[in-house]
Amino acid sequence: MTSTSDTSQNGDGRVRRDTDPYATSRETTEGRVYTVTGGDFQDLLAGGDPIDEERLVLNMGPQHPSTHGVLRLVLELEGETVLQTRLVIGYLHTGIEKNTEYRNWTQGVTFLTRADYLSPIFTETAYCLGVERLLGIQAPDRATMLRVLLMEINRVSSHWVWFATGGLEIGALTAMTNGFRAREWCLDVLELITGLRMNHAYVRPGGVAQDLPPGAVEEIRSWLDKMRREVDDLEKLLTGQPIWHARLKDVGYIDVPGCISLGVTGPLLRASGLPWDLRKVEPYCGYENYDFEVPISDRGDCWARYVVRVAEIRESLKIVAQVLERLEPGPVMVADRKIAWPAQLALGPDGLGNSLDHVKKIMGQSMEALIHHFKLVTEGFRVPPGQVYSVVESPRGELGAHVVSDGGTRPFRVHLREPSFVNLQAAPVLTEGGLIADVIASVASIDPIMGGVDR
Amino acid sequence: MSTDPDSGPHSGGSLPDQRRPAPTEAGPGTVERGSFGAHGPGDTSGFGGLVRRPYVAPEAERPYGAPFDEISDALEAAYPGFAGTVTKVVVDRDELTFHVRREHLLELCRTLRDDPALRFELCSSVSGVDYLGTPDRLHSVYHLTSMTYRRRLRLEVAVSVEDPHVPSVTSVYPTADWHERETYDMYGIVYDGHPALTRILMPDDWEGHPQRKDYPLGGVPVEYKGATIPPPDERRSYS
Repeated sequence: MTSTSDTSQNGDGRVRRDTDPYATSRETTEGRVYTVTGGDFQDLLAGGDPIDEERLVLNMGPQHPSTHGVLRLVLELEGETVLQTRLVIGYLHTGIEKNTEYRNWTQGVTFLTRADYLSPIFTETAYCLGVERLLGIQAPDRATMLRVLLMEINRVSSHWVWFATGGLEIGALTAMTNGFRAREWCLDVLELITGLRMNHAYVRPGGVAQDLPPGAVEEIRSWLDKMRREVDDLEKLLTGQPIWHARLKDVGYIDVPGCISLGVTGPLLRASGLPWDLRKVEPYCGYENYDFEVPISDRGDCWARYVVRVAEIRESLKIVAQVLERLEPGPVMVADRKIAWPAQLALGPDGLGNSLDHVKKIMGQSMEALIHHFKLVTEGFRVPPGQVYSVVESPRGELGAHVVSDGGTRPFRVHLREPSFVNLQAAPVLTEGGLIADVIASVASIDPIMGGVDR
Repeated sequence: MSTDPDSGPHSGGSLPDQRRPAPTEAGPGTVERGSFGAHGPGDTSGFGGLVRRPYVAPEAERPYGAPFDEISDALEAAYPGFAGTVTKVVVDRDELTFHVRREHLLELCRTLRDDPALRFELCSSVSGVDYLGTPDRLHSVYHLTSMTYRRRLRLEVAVSVEDPHVPSVTSVYPTADWHERETYDMYGIVYDGHPALTRILMPDDWEGHPQRKDYPLGGVPVEYKGATIPPPDERRSYS
């Protein structure tokens, strides 16, 4: 063992690197820049590793079925114990925030919906609430209720994917098949309403893109019954199962102060014992009018997160049922024709598009309507200058949109405070000191969506 | 038509890209003129007269309205250097913003977090904004949340491109770690005292800071049925 030596060159001629063993560095004008690279296993095998030889550096990901997407974990192991966890992200960075600065305010929704692809309605709503506050307008009641309806359906579908992938990752394959089947039913409903399974771009500044199609309410009611049965089945399948207990209980512990200092919100924070749900503490979209509970647990481990998420599905179903009871006919877009797009969308043989009646009118009867339509769609509307930070409670925690306007027809800056991005910082806390098999369960319990992390 | 000779539609000749002034030319009150994004002659759109001035938020005056007065009073009582640190207070759209000098940012954040009358325990977000055309164009924006009092507060620190140093708040808010790395990555704001300020979203050997306003979006022209559509950042824009 030469690892305790402090000299820069050991007796056997091995050179000790003074810098980070996993990252080469170079000096730049802005300080030292480290380049984290893989492929140094040859160095390790050749004995160049300055760290104790018993320790193993394991690269997990970015292409690994257990990492929930393109997340790369660099684990330092001693036997099966994890000594250090480092996360490398950015593999799915697509420049969504930069792109919105080159499109008008309505087109911004189309980009942002692709950030967190499992809960697109939440990102759309956070952004649109921000734009509406900048404009000083409020969406009509029916539009707000439709937003709540879709958000809760989306929360259910997002939690189903968590059960599916989380279960798959620790070997519960039936959780995967059941979870994805249930999620598919959720997507069917979303498709019926928005026209798309994912990337809906349904919530728009000023309201929503279109009203519910005929038969949607009945469809959602039968979906509710189906979901209640599915949750019961899931609980029968997993809640009493000893392997599920053994894999989740006392794994990946974090307490409330740890969560707050690391910025962790959502089911993780509630599973640690703080009933912090923005729907209750900072109500938006009229959530104060709905009767629902905020499920919490005080265990702070993966098991608690499972329990909290199951309970959240039930609460979301309660909200959906209440919305259906209260829905009343009305406009779904603000009356201001300078903001609301003139088009009435309709389903045609080639998908969703402008309704034929509208096209007939602007092409055949009213040149002014055509000009107005053209200007609003190509140029867009102006938003008074200023900045807002609007938040919603996404399935993963506080989802914030920092929206800045300079008074133009395009967003000056849109920044998403993605809960996946922030919560993922807790992964080292959850995993270090535990076993490598528990890394999988811990990371899965965070439920990071890499589209949201990297944007 | 405008009588200002500079603001009339440009005619003939090759025009420089008027959209984005070079960083060295950017000074206080830098305005952009012309049909932003249009190249060359032949602009008959009527948008040649567009003038855009950088937006600077107006300063708020007391009373700010509840609960912003309470926050300000509590901070003034808890932090003696308030007057020298907070350069401007903005109240806009029911949100309170303190524009802060970078020298005392860390102490200010510690006071905001620890003082019993303030208790901003959660740093929700740190992000950047590039106000190209204003003196200190890079802004580091902090969104703080008081879970005890259910209030929110925004801090804004402005620095220049030549001296983009801001003290890191990671010692007060550990969650700022990745946020600051992202802001460094995207805007080149250097957070002094950060444990490992490296790129986080872009590749490690990337050059430049992509979210800056003078960094092009990139893209290629797309041909469709004989017509060519320029990439998004070269299309005509109206603002």
